[in-house]
Amino acid sequence: MSTNDVELRQDIALQVRNLNFYYGNFKGLKGINLDIERHRVTAFIGPSGCGKSTLLRTFNRMFDLYPGQRAEGEIIFNGKNILDKKQDVNLVRAKIGMVFQKPTPFPMSIYENIAFGVRLYEKLSTPEMNDRVEWALRKAALWDEVKGKLQQSGLSLSGGQQQRLCIARAVAVKPEVVLLDEPTSALDPISTAKVEELIYELKSEYTIAIVTHNMQQAARISDYTAFMYLGDLIEFGATDQMFIKPQQKQTEEYITGRFG
Amino acid sequence: MNLYNRRILINRLGIGLSMLAMAFGLLALLWILFTLFSKGFAVLSWDFFTLDTPAPGNEGGGMRNAIVGSLMIIGVTTCVSTPIGILAGIYLAEYGATSKFAAATRFVVDIMLSAPSIAIGLFIYALMVETMGGFSGWAGSVALSLIAIPVVVRTTENMLKLVPPTLREAAFALGAPRWRVSLSVTLRSVKAGVVTGVLLAIARVTGETAPLLFTALNNQFFSTDMSEPMGNLPVVIFQFAMSPYDNWNSLAWGGALLIALLVLAMNIGARLMFRANDKK
Repeated sequence: MSTNDVELRQDIALQVRNLNFYYGNFKGLKGINLDIERHRVTAFIGPSGCGKSTLLRTFNRMFDLYPGQRAEGEIIFNGKNILDKKQDVNLVRAKIGMVFQKPTPFPMSIYENIAFGVRLYEKLSTPEMNDRVEWALRKAALWDEVKGKLQQSGLSLSGGQQQRLCIARAVAVKPEVVLLDEPTSALDPISTAKVEELIYELKSEYTIAIVTHNMQQAARISDYTAFMYLGDLIEFGATDQMFIKPQQKQTEEYITGRFG
Repeated sequence: MNLYNRRILINRLGIGLSMLAMAFGLLALLWILFTLFSKGFAVLSWDFFTLDTPAPGNEGGGMRNAIVGSLMIIGVTTCVSTPIGILAGIYLAEYGATSKFAAATRFVVDIMLSAPSIAIGLFIYALMVETMGGFSGWAGSVALSLIAIPVVVRTTENMLKLVPPTLREAAFALGAPRWRVSLSVTLRSVKAGVVTGVLLAIARVTGETAPLLFTALNNQFFSTDMSEPMGNLPVVIFQFAMSPYDNWNSLAWGGALLIALLVLAMNIGARLMFRANDKK
């Protein structure tokens, strides 16, 4: 894989360089090099345990929560290495949001679910906060369904609605990058379609990195696709290229369903 | 006998034995309640709640001083042990995953959970009563707090450990600092369980007698001064039940019934709250 497009740096949101990741003694990621382009959707595919979620979780240093997990190398974001010990991890996470596989609404009202993250880094007046909550819920295509019941518990929503609430929550803090870790694997097809539409809408303003088990999904929504296998980045390129004419044999076998 | 019939027989035998065990346990509880009601219910009159404990040889009397004393001692215990217990529980669950200090704390809490309450009473006697010039309600509250805190710590920690890691991660993913995640998200999601733990801890110490014997002692007069010896239900029941006076004996039964009802109410309240929150 070539990384000589240095002159395009303005268009790159995240630059991954020589990234190794360890779960204790087990090496989960092996020398990953990758550029994630700004305002594009980059999909990560590969069989279970290939390291795609692990890679995603290095972008916001989620692994910090777990002793025994560590990363080496560089992930350059706005000119700074995210993995640098001196880097304030909370500031990174405020700029790089994440949505998880299972919906994770907080045990509070729909309104508070959105406002929680905003309050961490901004001081807004009540009308400003109301506007922000509405804005985020509209972005997540959830406003029309919940506008009459903002004070109800976020847990009262359906699974698909909860997931869109989580997307609204991530978008509300106005991050630059949104990481999606299999965001539709727990959803029904209609909710999945809604979330996919949403991802398409969001990419005009945000950089999106998505892990998915669903290759059709990767083909539908992403501009770039990365295929990973056993901790290696096997192939990375424009999604059209990858699905029509993969360069590596392993990639071809995986996307044609011969292993995985 | 074929296999099927054999299985049905064993099944019935199993169910029969379990029912028997349950009936035995339930019988003991009902028997206690029945005895308490039959001997104590008649005593629970207006006078019981408004008159103070009678002097030897005097007729009538009530438990006002003991009831108020108990409520004050338990109230202070609640105010002391709830924040300490919950904060320690948060520390153990959210901060102390790997630290040696947390492991040591956990060990001490486990020991305290099973410490004999009379030993705690003696400890506070040596620590506070001897050095501060006498028995007091404060000493009683401290002794009871030492019993209640480990219970609250344990329940809080256990409840927080049940929080799905994804919920915690989701809060961290927004850039929230750890204390914010603990207080606003994880603790909140197990609120009902933690409150239940506090209620059960309070219920547990409400009936404790031994620690109060050496600390709050007793006071036959009405007093709201926590720095003086203080009347309280368990010790009064203990003394009155052992006395030769009939009216003292029946007051003890009334007090025992009152305590049993209080503890029962707290337990049922805790359960209802837990269930109501579970459904949501």
